[in-house]
Amino acid sequence: MTWLLTFWADLPHIVQLGVKIVAIIGPLMAAVAYYTLAERKVIGYMHVRIGPNRVGPRGLLQPIADAVKLMFKEMIVPTNADRYLFIIAPILSLAPALGAWAVVPFTDTLVLADINASLLYVLALTSMGVYGMVVAGWASNSKYAFLGAMRSAAQIVAYEIAMGFALVGVLMAAGSLNLREIVLAQSGGIHQWFFIPLFPLFLVYLISGVAETNRSPFDVAEGESEIVAGFHVEYSGMGFAVFFLAEYANMLLISALTVLMFLGGWHAPAQIPPFVWIPGLFWFFGKLAAVAFLFLWFRATFPRYRYDQIMRLGWKVFIPVTLVWITVIGVAKFFTPFGHWFG
Amino acid sequence: MFKRIFNTWFLLELVRGLGLTGGYFFRKKFTIQYPDEKTPKSPRFRGLHALRRYPNGEERCIACKLCEAVCPALAITIESEERDDRTRRTTRYDIDLFKCIYCGFCEEACPVDSIVLTDLHEYHFETGASGTVSKLDLLRIGDTHEGAIARAREADARYR
Repeated sequence: MTWLLTFWADLPHIVQLGVKIVAIIGPLMAAVAYYTLAERKVIGYMHVRIGPNRVGPRGLLQPIADAVKLMFKEMIVPTNADRYLFIIAPILSLAPALGAWAVVPFTDTLVLADINASLLYVLALTSMGVYGMVVAGWASNSKYAFLGAMRSAAQIVAYEIAMGFALVGVLMAAGSLNLREIVLAQSGGIHQWFFIPLFPLFLVYLISGVAETNRSPFDVAEGESEIVAGFHVEYSGMGFAVFFLAEYANMLLISALTVLMFLGGWHAPAQIPPFVWIPGLFWFFGKLAAVAFLFLWFRATFPRYRYDQIMRLGWKVFIPVTLVWITVIGVAKFFTPFGHWFG
Repeated sequence: MFKRIFNTWFLLELVRGLGLTGGYFFRKKFTIQYPDEKTPKSPRFRGLHALRRYPNGEERCIACKLCEAVCPALAITIESEERDDRTRRTTRYDIDLFKCIYCGFCEEACPVDSIVLTDLHEYHFETGASGTVSKLDLLRIGDTHEGAIARAREADARYR
């Protein structure tokens, strides 16, 4: 054991970093792959059918079959497409979704990069994801793809602001931009988790998260019934697969961030025996899975928003609500006896 | 008024919708696992065609061409001539399965119960030409499935 530790310590820093990145990205990609299966199964169950169950026991090898199929398919680049942008676009949308995991604290000590403004880093990276879609829509040189890209851009601009304000509320309550310290500010039990004092911001963040990832009911950028498949209509094979991965990686990322900022991260809901026996890592992943399940549940339940309704909700409801609640936090924190509740 | 504000801001209608789909999540599933499980088929099911024979092995078809005449899709082609025993028989009996609409009029029209629609529906073609089945094929289908064909006719007989 000790020789292993010394061996590890002797490795060059860059190799250590590489191993750590693989240790995060590897399981993450597996989780993304099986999240797609979970989606098909969950939505199937809500449609009173059973979903994929032919490949492997209970359909468990389905994501692998899908991946193999997509890898062996030809990636067609349309003649009039902008070749380089066309190929860069899927990478541009996947990379931020993976990069943001660098600052996610899985437990108090288990975090790849404990930087002091990790919330800002996350906000910056999640906003980058939209460029993948916009570039894809532009580079495809197809009117459907272009329409999808325009819709996606407008939608994400609208919801990014509400999301940013919701996070302002969180950082006011926690008094820190560091995700680890935000979670530590929520320690002590379920009544300390931020989703109670910041309930409106929690809802705004969750719904904006759905909108940010272009998931149903906010999937107008894809809008298969009106603009075929929106921004990725021209993509096939691996290009399409990477967009697919990016969407699901983004959903998992938003779930993880919701857990960190509103649902107490790795903390157990109460500091009493049956709860404290379970390690923090399991609490984190359990909560993550619950929020991720919500995404699938939403898709099985709600019909797609009309475009003007999306804009109204984003600009005229969410932004005022977050602004009001930020004021409420500020006032409550410094002028009322409930200040301790708000961090 | 207060109730409406409460409903709106706590997304109660959305939560109710989620409750509904959540309930269906645990409902017993309807799915039939097709190749392993099959739904029951009516004796009137109209699938792939067959030509039947009499128990002594003689083919029933007498080349009256009523089926060819009644066929609304013009899917049946018959040629006939006199056989050595001076009876009229078909030399050619082709059904173009791409044209056929499986209406069953040929079976209704047949005076000797020769052409029938069996309950077979699991068949496919791999070339365009194999979409036409010949007299030999039809007789062979009839021979292999005679038991099932006879049983289905008997089950339906008292409603006719």
